[in-house]
Amino acid sequence: MRIEEHPILDFKRGREIYFYYNGKKIRAYEGETIAAALHATGVKVLSKSLKLERQRGFFCGIGKCSSCLMKVDGVPNVRTCITLVKDGMVVEDNDMELPEKEYPRCKFEKMECDIAIVGGGPAGLSAAIEASQYADVLIIDENHQLGGQLIKQTHKFFGSKKQRAGTRGIEIAKILEEEARKNCRVLLNTSVIGYYDRGYHFLAAVNRVDGIIYEIKAKKIIFATGAQENMLVFEGNDLPGVYGAGGVQTLMNVYGVKPGEKGIIIGAGNVGLILAYQLLQAGMEVACIVEALPKIGGYFVHAAKVRRCGIPIYTSHSIKEAYGNGSVEGAIIAKLDENWKFIEGSEKDIKCDFICLAVGLTPAIRLIAQTGATISFINEAGGWIALHNEYMETTKEGIYVAGDLANIEEASTAMIEGRIAGLHAVHTIKQIPNFEEKIREYMEELEIFRQG
Amino acid sequence: MKRWEREGVAELEDLNLPDEEHLKKGVAIIECIQEIPCNPCVDACPTKAISMENINALPEIDYDKCVGCGKCVEVCPGLAVFLVKVVDDFALITLPYEFLPLPEEGSIVKALNREGKEICDAAVKKVKKGKTTIVTIELPKEYAMEARNIKV
Repeated sequence: MRIEEHPILDFKRGREIYFYYNGKKIRAYEGETIAAALHATGVKVLSKSLKLERQRGFFCGIGKCSSCLMKVDGVPNVRTCITLVKDGMVVEDNDMELPEKEYPRCKFEKMECDIAIVGGGPAGLSAAIEASQYADVLIIDENHQLGGQLIKQTHKFFGSKKQRAGTRGIEIAKILEEEARKNCRVLLNTSVIGYYDRGYHFLAAVNRVDGIIYEIKAKKIIFATGAQENMLVFEGNDLPGVYGAGGVQTLMNVYGVKPGEKGIIIGAGNVGLILAYQLLQAGMEVACIVEALPKIGGYFVHAAKVRRCGIPIYTSHSIKEAYGNGSVEGAIIAKLDENWKFIEGSEKDIKCDFICLAVGLTPAIRLIAQTGATISFINEAGGWIALHNEYMETTKEGIYVAGDLANIEEASTAMIEGRIAGLHAVHTIKQIPNFEEKIREYMEELEIFRQG
Repeated sequence: MKRWEREGVAELEDLNLPDEEHLKKGVAIIECIQEIPCNPCVDACPTKAISMENINALPEIDYDKCVGCGKCVEVCPGLAVFLVKVVDDFALITLPYEFLPLPEEGSIVKALNREGKEICDAAVKKVKKGKTTIVTIELPKEYAMEARNIKV
C-alpha cells in the first residue's frame, strides 16, 4: 500500500522500526503516524463504535473525528492519526478502560507571550509572521509539524506573484514555517485543551508526547484551528474505507500510503477535483466524481485536468449506499431530481475499495466557543462561526480568528486573514509604524481575491 | 448552462482560437474560460501578449504578439495553456504533464482529447523534465484543437 514513486513528491521515510499491533509485530518508518503505518500493512479497521460495535476506520486523518482512537502503550483513546509510531510501541484495540498504571505526576510549565496563536496552518503561520515583527509570539499546534493542511497540497496555487501563485502548497508550507520560526516560539504536539478568562487571556495546553501541561498567559490570542470535514448521510457511511477527502490527502501525500486501489469521490468542489487528480498522480484509479448540484462547484481548470485524464463527473448525482464486508467494496450512486430525491432506476453500481467525501468543511469552533465570543450560524461561512469584525477580532476583546475557523475559504484568503489578525492584534498592544496603510493594503488584497 | 459548467469539458466555441497564420507560427492556446483570481501568465509573457483587466478577469491573448515560447504553459497553475504549431500536415502540441512514467523522446503515445478519450497516436518530440514536465507531441493536424493530454 506504500507509494514508491510520485511525480511531485519525494517520500523521505525515516528509520525502519517495529511496533506491535494486537500482539503482531509490524514494520513501520520513523516519522509516520500509527494510522498510516497500519494502513500501509492493510489494516483499515482501527476502532469500534461504542454501542453497536460497528467497525471504524479513520475519517478525517487530522485528529478531529475520533474514529481512529486506539490504546497505545496502555493509554486508551489515543488519536492514532496524529500520533507518531515509535519503536517497540504497543498498539491495541481501544477497550475504554482507564489504564491500571499510575500516571506520573504532571509537570506544569508557565509561559507568557504577547500573542498566542493556536494552530500553525496557513492562517496561523501568516499571523505569526506578521505579529512577530513587532511582538513576542507563541505558536501552539497539536500536530508534529507546522503547515496545517498545506503539507498535503501538491497542486500549484492560484493568485498573483505576491501571493506566491504557481507555488505548490507543500512549498508554501515550508516557506511559511521557515519565516515563522525565525522569531516565534513553537510548541508542537501540543493540544490547547482550555481557555480561561482570568482577567487576562489564559490557555491550558498539553504536550501529548512528554505530558507537560502548559499554562499560557497571553495578551492577545489568535485562534486558527481550521475546520473539519463534513459527513454525508447514506447507508454504509461508517464502513472502513469511507474517508474524508483531506484524510486521504494526508495519508497519500504526507505519508505516502494508498487508501486503496480504486476510489470514487463525492463532491466536485475544488477539494474533490484536486483530490481526484492527486489520486491519479499517486498511482490509483478514480472511477468517477459524483456531484449533487447540477453543475461543477470547483474551478473549471481543475475539472478540465481530471476530465482529460478520463475521469467522468456525474452532476445531479449522489451516493445512495456504500457496501462491503468489513470495508468498502463498492458504491451505489444514482441521479437526483430537482427536489434532491433519487430517481428510481437510475442507480449505478460502482466497484471501488474506497470512497472519499469532499462535501464541505465545518469550522472547528470548540475552542473558540470557550472564550465567550459570540457564536452564530452563518450558512455562507460554513456553519457555526465566531462573529468577527474586519480586523478578525471577535466580540471578545483580544480574541481573534483567522482562516477556515473564521470562514470556509481558500488557503490564499486564510493567509491574508492571518496577516490582518496578526497586525491588528499587535497594534492594540503597541504602536506600529504605518499601521493604517499596511492593514488597508491587506484588506484590499482580500477583497480582490474574494471577487473571483 | 454551458457544457463546461456541467461536465468540465470546453468546446471550441468557448475558446479564442488563432487563425491559420498564427498556427503556422505556433501560439499559446489559453483554455482558461472561468473568472478566477489568478494571473501568473501575464507576468510570465516576455512579449506582453497576455493581458488581464484585473486579477479576476479572463486572460486575453494577442496572437500577433505571441511568439509561442511556452513560458505560460510552464507557469499556469491550472495547467490550462497549450502550445499549438502547425507544420504542413502535422501539428506540434506542447502540454504540461504531471504523471509517471514520463514519456520518452521518440516514443509513440496515445493522444487524448478533453474527455480523456484516445483519439490517435502521437510521436513524442520533446520532454522537458520537471515536477510539471513539458511534453511536445506531433500528430495529424486535424487533431490540433482536440488533443490535450497523453497516455504513456
